This record gives sequence, structure tokens and C-alpha cells, in this order.
Amino acid sequence: MFSEELEKIDWEETTKAIYSKTESDVLRALGKEHCDVDDFMALISPAAAKYLEPMAQLSKKYTEERFGKTISMFIPLYITNSCTNSCVYCGFHISNPMARTILTPEQMEDEYKAIKKLGPFENLLLVTGENPAKAGVPYLAKALDIAKKYFSNLKIEVMPLKAEEYAELKKHGLNGVICFQETYNKARYNVYHPRGMKSKFEWRVNGFDRMGQAGVHSIGMGVLIGLEEWRTDVTMMAYHLRYLQKKYWKTKYSVNFPRMRPAENGGFQPNVIMNDRELAQLTFAMRIFDHDVDISYSTREPAHIRDNMAGLGVTTMSAESKTEPGGYYTYPQALEQFHVSDERTAVEVERALKSLGREPVWKDWDASFDQFASTR
Amino acid sequence: MKKLIIAGQEFDSRLFLGTGKFHSNTTMEEAILASGCEMVTVAMKRIELDDKEDDMLKHIIHPHIRLLPNTSGVRTAEEAVFAAQMAREAFGTNWLKLEIHPDPRYLLPDSTETLKATEELVKLGFVVLPYCQADPTLCKRLEEAGAATVMPLAAPIGTNKGLQTRDFLRIIIEQSSVPVVVDAGIGAPSHAAEAMEMGADACLVNTAIAVARNPVEMATAFKEAVIAGRRAYEAGLGIVGQNLIASASSPLTSFLD
Repeated sequence: MFSEELEKIDWEETTKAIYSKTESDVLRALGKEHCDVDDFMALISPAAAKYLEPMAQLSKKYTEERFGKTISMFIPLYITNSCTNSCVYCGFHISNPMARTILTPEQMEDEYKAIKKLGPFENLLLVTGENPAKAGVPYLAKALDIAKKYFSNLKIEVMPLKAEEYAELKKHGLNGVICFQETYNKARYNVYHPRGMKSKFEWRVNGFDRMGQAGVHSIGMGVLIGLEEWRTDVTMMAYHLRYLQKKYWKTKYSVNFPRMRPAENGGFQPNVIMNDRELAQLTFAMRIFDHDVDISYSTREPAHIRDNMAGLGVTTMSAESKTEPGGYYTYPQALEQFHVSDERTAVEVERALKSLGREPVWKDWDASFDQFASTR
Repeated sequence: MKKLIIAGQEFDSRLFLGTGKFHSNTTMEEAILASGCEMVTVAMKRIELDDKEDDMLKHIIHPHIRLLPNTSGVRTAEEAVFAAQMAREAFGTNWLKLEIHPDPRYLLPDSTETLKATEELVKLGFVVLPYCQADPTLCKRLEEAGAATVMPLAAPIGTNKGLQTRDFLRIIIEQSSVPVVVDAGIGAPSHAAEAMEMGADACLVNTAIAVARNPVEMATAFKEAVIAGRRAYEAGLGIVGQNLIASASSPLTSFLD
């Protein structure tokens, strides 16, 4: 399990190592076709900031070699905001006095139909809070069963599950799982996640092993930028990615590094702010480090950043996302989990990407492949 | 240099030797000793299994050397399992270099049979080191079947052509959780050094040493090359690639200004 590997990597020493990287470390990493985590640390270090342009060129080259000029499109649907956790930065925080919704099967169907009217979406991401008693595995299975009728590729972003639960959901059409570790700083993890199941660091970080054991086809990882020193956090994620790739080698991986904005959700102030140049540097570094990993930008990022980064390293994007449950049809005005920056419609995003010489890809999977899911 | 660990056993040397093609057993022995190697593979078909005084074996056995019988000559998994059991009996070791090459011309390993035999032999308690194609997927499957190492080929056996499968070896090395021993095709010390610089865990060399004008000197050269390559890998290579790192203007990143 990865928690045992993580024990061997000291947070403070890693931070120190990143900040001691020199220009020659950066040049060495840029000169390599295949970088290790140590090279990645050089590429995200302050010493690499002045090499942003050559990094962009390399990142573009590798991205086009592997992905061509395509951008994979997906849309999230929040099916419930009911949550027993108390993540201090989240709008669905248990003590937030807000109306809680758990979409009924009929409401889900309405949402799916409404999404299909926005654009030719085939990749759907179902998102929930953590309330296993009210919206647990049977509920997710139901949501997937209905979604199958409308979409060819189904992912979930929910609480970490047991391996057998992931395996069970695969039988209902689950193709991928996204889970954010939020931060790999174990010593500080509970500052942000004080109560509820999410306060269990090991259970969360080892969730990725359980996905691998269940043979989940696609695993999405992420850290929330704004909690801890981002350079250290993404380095830990790079170690985690390499670990998973070696162990669960039939799985496809994607990475996310959403940035928190100041005063988002009326209260929690991010501890660190990542500026646009740093976001670009991290994206290029990730691509140079791993030529094949999917790099995903959500609508948290503003339109001009998303458009310009499409093709320089980013390969997956959402569009016209609503971050409140039932936001496409049932409850268009409910409280959102976080604020969306890119508010363009799917059609507008598609038009923009095309004008930049990018091809948005809506369908890249077929549900017929999933009938063998239970046998891997 | 870090020690090489295979199935819990530590090795100081990362060079393995094969024992075919030498012009005399005495020269072979001198080459083995000069190479500093601690693992030597021998084709069980070459040995008089009933004769404890077999001449070839006498020249191989030394206290610091692990004998690695190989199944060269078998053509199927079934034959390999049978041969392995005979080797275990005769040599008193459950370590085995699994070689299955039904094709007598190029001696290319049969992937399907190799995987099948590995699964079977692991169940029978063997420490299996399979010679195989430089196929990353196959190597992961062999690892999952319980192989103690994978031994992908660099080029057709005996050709001395070097790392013809370089791109695949790199992926295998990156993905593998068991030691990767580059086997077959290594023709010069520089080839071995290159494999080690890439991060291979060890190299197996036979023809290049056996047919050199001076096999003992060549064995020493390989010993040094493997050490140099490994040292370079552990030291972290400097800039070797040819990625372009010069650009005054900022055509791609000007949107960030």
C-alpha cells in the first residue's frame, strides 16, 4: 500500500530538496527524454521559473506525440451534496446550514437529458459528498445504471470505497474513479479534515491501491492547491503516480491540481496562492515527467488559461459545469461546492478550442467493452 | 554501488556469465574468475547429469558462484518443467534460467510457453529467471506470475549487435518491480555499460566473451563496463539528450505575461 511508501519520504526534507535545486539540475532534467521524480522536483522548483518557454516547447512536443491535437471533454454532475465530512475549505461542509439534496432516480434522468442538450457529452463524472448511509454504493450503482443509457464513459468522484465496492460498481458500468488526496502532508492533513471518514488519511491515500486491485480502468489523482506547499504536494503525487503505474500497470492515470481562489466559499483563506505562471510551470513539468498521463483542467480555471494551455500539456477539460446537485435541470440555483471561473457554454468552449486548432473529443469509449468488466 | 538482490540473495557483481562457445573449459574458468561474476548459467544439456566429476561443471563450481542451470534445448512449457525438475535434482538448486526456444535458427524465446512454464514452475517452488522477448507487457505478466527477474533480450542471441531493443528495454526497466537482466545480443563492453546506465539491474554475457581473441581480458573489460555503467546510473547522468533548450522569445508562454 502506498501509505508504507509515503512513510519513507520526509515532507520537510523533500521541500528543502526542491528549493535547493539549481539551474544545472533544471538543465539536466530538460536534457533527458525520461525524467524521474528528482528531475520533476527540479522542473517545479523556483530555479526552473526562467525556463518556462523551453519547458512549454517540450511539453507541447510530448503532448502532441501522445495526444495529437485532441482535447477530451467531460462534464460533472453532482448527484448529492449530503456529506458527513467537515473539510474546512468545502462548501458541502457538514456544519454549513444549507439545503441538502440527494437526487432521486427520476431527477438523475432529468439531469442526464439536460446535459445531452448542452453538447454531445459522452464522458460523465458523477460527484457526491460522503454519506454512505444515504448515498452509498447501491445509490451509486443506480445512478450508473441510469447514466449508461445516455453516456458511454462513466466516472465517479466519491468517497474512497472498498476494493470489492469498486469491483461491484464496475459491473454497473463504472470506467474510472477520481479521488483527490487534497494534501499528502500527513502531519497537517487533519487540520483540513478534522472529522468524518475523510479524516482518515491512510484510508484515503490507500484508496488508490484498492481501485487498482479492483482493476478500475482509469484513476484520477489530485492535490488541492491552496492547502500546503504545492511543490511538495505535487512531488508526493508524482511518487504516488509512479508507484501506481508500476503496480497497476493496466490502468490509465490522470492528474488534477485545482487552484483555490482567495476567500472562495466565504471563509477559508488558502494558505498558498499559485499564480498563472506557476500553474503553467507545473503543467509543463508534469508533462515532461510523464508523457502519457492525462492532465485535466476544470472550469475552476479561467477561460483564457484553459484555451492557451490546451495543447501545451492539458489533455482533458470539463465544460459548462455546474457544481451544485441537480444544477443542470432540477435545482439550477442551489449552493455550489466551489465557484466556476470559466462560465462559457459547452458550445462556446468547443468553438474556442477549434479556432485554436484543437479537436474536442466527446466520445472515446464504447459501453459494449464493459460487458466484460467483471472479468477485468 | 548498491547490491543486487534476487529472491532475497545479495550479489555484489551485476554481471552474469554464460558458459557456451568457449574453446576450452580452462579458458572459461579463467574468464569466469576474471569477470568477478557471482552467477553463471549452464545448459543442463551440456552436463553429464549422472557424473559428479563432469569436466565442465568442475570448472564452473566455485564457492562464491551461484550455479544457474538453464533449460536451453526445450521447446515447450511441458518440456521445460520436466527439465527443471531434473536440473533441481542434479544440481541441488531450485534456481533456474528458463529458456524455451522452439526455433533452432535464431533461438528466439517463445513468449506463450515461457509464461506458461513460469506460472507452473513458481508453483513448484522454483526461483525462475526467464529469458524473454523485450516485450514490456510480457515482462509484467511474468512478474505477476512470480518470476524472480525478467531477462529480456537486447538483440538476437549471439549477434553481438547491442541494444537493438533499447526503447522497449527502457520501458521494461521503468515498469518492472523485479530486477531486469539484459540478456542476449550484448556484443561489447560499451553495450553492457549502456544497458547499466539506462538502469538495467544486471547483464548476462556469453558470446562476446567466449569468442573474443582473449576471453579472459574481455571478461575483465565487461566487469569494468558493468561497474562503470552502474556507477553512472547511481550517480545520475548529466545532460545526454539533445532536447533544444534555447529560445529568446516566448511564443508559447507570452499569454502569461
